[in-house]
Amino acid sequence: MTESAAKKLPRIAINERLCKGCSICVDFCPTDVLEMKGSCVAVKNLEACTRCQLCDLRCPDFAIQVFD
Amino acid sequence: MSTTVAEKKEKVSVPFDYNKYLRPNKLPHIWCPGCGHGIVLKAMLRAIDKAGLDKNNIALVSGIGCSSRTPGYVDFNTLHTLHGRALPFATGIKLARPEMKVIVVTGDGDALAIGGNHFIHACRRNIDITVLVFTNATYGMTGGQYSPTTPLESIATTSRYGNIEPPFDTCEMAKASGATFVARGTAYHTLELEKTIHEAITHKGTSVVDIIDACPTYFGRANKFKSATHMMEEIEKDGTVNVKQAANLPPEKLAGKMLRGVLHKVEGPEYCEKYDILIKEKASAKK
Repeated sequence: MTESAAKKLPRIAINERLCKGCSICVDFCPTDVLEMKGSCVAVKNLEACTRCQLCDLRCPDFAIQVFD
Repeated sequence: MSTTVAEKKEKVSVPFDYNKYLRPNKLPHIWCPGCGHGIVLKAMLRAIDKAGLDKNNIALVSGIGCSSRTPGYVDFNTLHTLHGRALPFATGIKLARPEMKVIVVTGDGDALAIGGNHFIHACRRNIDITVLVFTNATYGMTGGQYSPTTPLESIATTSRYGNIEPPFDTCEMAKASGATFVARGTAYHTLELEKTIHEAITHKGTSVVDIIDACPTYFGRANKFKSATHMMEEIEKDGTVNVKQAANLPPEKLAGKMLRGVLHKVEGPEYCEKYDILIKEKASAKK
């Protein structure tokens, strides 16, 4: 049970209405989880997410948050 | 086993709920993609939450400019006033309602050029107002003219061959004018900025925080920055040093860099308190 809890993936909530596509979150993500899809951010590799919250902290548009 | 999971769940950090301080129907905001003002706004909201302030007891006052659009998006008592005149309005609010927490959000041009006189006199009075100066080194709203903090030789729409005017050091100016709390932060160091704003809000007296953020649309494009990230790394990360680290660094490594963190903090008599004492003294003398 503990093992399955450790493997639990975070949920990255992206608000496409608010995202302006500045790519700050993509550039600052230390484990390269995010990518740009057109003018909006998308999740590329969720397994690599370490829940550091840097994308949330530096997003100027209230568009991305990481839930555990 | 189940208790272990329960304990783990308790430790889980939930992301900050910005919506409780925002007017969500006003979003998306008008700021350009990559503009640092949004990052600063978020740090400010977290700092206000940390200080445990009641949102009905906060007045957020601004002048004109990109940064001055901030009060439109937050659910406090908000005032969007004349260009450069945010501080006189804020002083009025503070004098009428001294129990209120008054925060001024202003741009570098708004605070230091158009409202430069108000800025130095608010600092001189040491009235309990927090001034957050969003320094993006340009007039973004009107098309990228150079501002009082535009670095030498930078390109702006009004300095096509490079700026020849030396910039103001906002912190030195605030300190010299008599502000009792002077600090600098950047949008890049967002957690440090949150702590700095928290300290500024809880300080009694005029507190000034100079916040370096990026204008990728005008300043960035004119000065050959590739992106908002590039600006944040070059200007905010590489262009600043924390004041505590700076104490151990040789002077050649500090050349051309701005200091970050709390630069000046002293206790001094606050204006509203002095005013109250004066009124009480004179009222009792009449009896």
